[in-house]
Amino acid sequence: MSTQQIIFLVLSAVALLSAMGVILSKNPVTSVLCLILTFFTIAGHYVMLNAQFLAVVHIIVYAGAIMVLFLFVIMLMNLNADIEPQKRNWLKYAGAISGGTLLVILVAALRDASMPTLQPGATDIGLIGNLGKTLFNKYVVPFEVSSVLFLSAMVGAVVIGKKED
Amino acid sequence: MQALTDRVKPVDRRPLTFMEKLYLPAIWKGMAITFKHIFQKKATVSYPEEKRPFSPVFRGLHILNRDEEGRERCTACGLCAVACPAEAITMEAAERKPGEEHLYREEKYAASYEINMLRCIFCGFCEEACPKDAIYLTETFAPANYQRKGFIYGKEDLLIPDPKEKQTV
Amino acid sequence: MTIDWYFILEKLILISGVLALSLIVAMYSTWGERKVAAVIQDRRGPNRAGPLGLLQPLADGGKLFFKEEIIPASSHRFLFILGPSLAMLVACMTSAVIPWGDTLVIAGQEISLQVADINIGILYIFGVVSLGVYGIMLGGWASNNKYSLLASVRAASQIISYELAMGLSLIALLMLTGSLSLKDIVEQQRHGLWNVVYQPLGFLIFLVCAFAECNRTPFDLPEAENELNGGYHLEYSSMKLGFYLFAEYINMFVSSALMASLYFGGYSFPGMDSLGLPHNVVTILGFLALFLKILVFLFLFMWVRWTIPRFRYDQLMRLGWNVMIPLALLNMLITGAIVLFRQG
Repeated sequence: MSTQQIIFLVLSAVALLSAMGVILSKNPVTSVLCLILTFFTIAGHYVMLNAQFLAVVHIIVYAGAIMVLFLFVIMLMNLNADIEPQKRNWLKYAGAISGGTLLVILVAALRDASMPTLQPGATDIGLIGNLGKTLFNKYVVPFEVSSVLFLSAMVGAVVIGKKED
Repeated sequence: MQALTDRVKPVDRRPLTFMEKLYLPAIWKGMAITFKHIFQKKATVSYPEEKRPFSPVFRGLHILNRDEEGRERCTACGLCAVACPAEAITMEAAERKPGEEHLYREEKYAASYEINMLRCIFCGFCEEACPKDAIYLTETFAPANYQRKGFIYGKEDLLIPDPKEKQTV
Repeated sequence: MTIDWYFILEKLILISGVLALSLIVAMYSTWGERKVAAVIQDRRGPNRAGPLGLLQPLADGGKLFFKEEIIPASSHRFLFILGPSLAMLVACMTSAVIPWGDTLVIAGQEISLQVADINIGILYIFGVVSLGVYGIMLGGWASNNKYSLLASVRAASQIISYELAMGLSLIALLMLTGSLSLKDIVEQQRHGLWNVVYQPLGFLIFLVCAFAECNRTPFDLPEAENELNGGYHLEYSSMKLGFYLFAEYINMFVSSALMASLYFGGYSFPGMDSLGLPHNVVTILGFLALFLKILVFLFLFMWVRWTIPRFRYDQLMRLGWNVMIPLALLNMLITGAIVLFRQG
């Protein structure tokens, strides 16, 4: 086994375990920490794919900003295991059924999907210069449209925030 | 209400001008002031090596005086205890026995003489009250102690050394 | 795939060297902080332990080690320990991409005085800095104390707010340099003018944001001792408290090094290439020049701390969102326009 394979396996194992930790842990703060760990392992995968820019941006945006806000909210909510309300039974059944359906759909979709073979050599698309050129030439319209989407989200947040006055 | 002094300063409540809103000039001015202080004379005295001089009227720890022949001057008259506003001084008188003339100057002397330095306010009234020039306030202060009883100074702490004995040593 | 043991050894030595340097500088920053505070306030400062009080940091460290470790019964034990460790770890990680000097040539081998010259150096620093808040947040929350919780909430919102302005001010710089590698940025300044000449406003914004990111006065609201009793490290004792305090000084040291590298030429100094000295000597002189710049910035951090009072929280937020970010955007626009104008 080459070094890369070992790193890949370790990263994937940690990613899966911490992702399980997110949904299995009782304490929401621990969940958030597991999620942060998952983000780190995913960033590690990006580095393995020679996409350092994506890796770092992933950490800055998700681990550095969004998760801080998550933690921020959870800290202020005072969630204790003993005061957490019991979920109703029908909610559990509904969750199990919808989750099972999703699984079936995913399996059905993936069964027919043909995976393009991976290129053996490293690509440079994840490096910052190439990524920028691709984004601003080939994908400039979707890129700008997504920025409009963000703007509308921001405007929406401001509108909701201002409603109280 | 009429102002008691003419030093009243009305608070300036005008809105900040543009220069003041920039903060930076004010911050820079403040930093210049603190920088100037780096080179100014230090107010600290490195205590044990360097002592701040006492003023000539400083009133510190008491001593009990002796006369030229080394006899205790105190006659336990109690005037100092009466004069003491803090009631820090207690004493017990005793009569001089024959053969003790070289120890005590008068027929009556203080068998015990105690000053509680925790009570004493170092006003110096005892010094003024003493008719025999027996008690004086010096230019030292009571050192720290771990226990309260350590601050009750007896005769052995207060009496100055015998000038005759000093000569022999 | 063979493993280059020589390479690993070289990097290990370099990493331990950089770590030791940051720790020693952090140690003596505590001494420097007290000395600067003293001389600014017309006092003498520590002068009993060793000549000029130079052994004072050792005495302080020894004291912290021998203090009783207290973990509050109602705290979240694991996170309580994780908090200071994370703060320390993140503070040390940033120093990896800073070029501490040019290359040294030893026995025909060129050794770079930079742990990792990655082509996204600045983004790496941003990533690590944005993680720095976790140490404070987790520690403050795990203490289970209302003051600590308030402090961690303050820290989180303060650091996120000022990170934005910091990033925007850097984008303007990156437009000029065209590279994210710190080594490239320093090399460009070696042959031209220092970046602070082109980016005075950007530097000012970066400086203010660096103060805010390091939780230094006037932005030290998370540890405001007279309203929050020390804030996030209120429940900490012994070396865990030491870690928090140490992390602050390491952060100061690293951000000084960063500012020196980004805006003040890093290890280059004027007339560096015309001295006619051997390569290694020039490299060492360059390292000393960088160190001098760092010391100047450290002094600035302390000087400001003992001059300016703390901001109120709403003032802090207003400064961050209403002043710093628009200014940084303006700076970015102007720089972009000038770059475009000069190209076209």
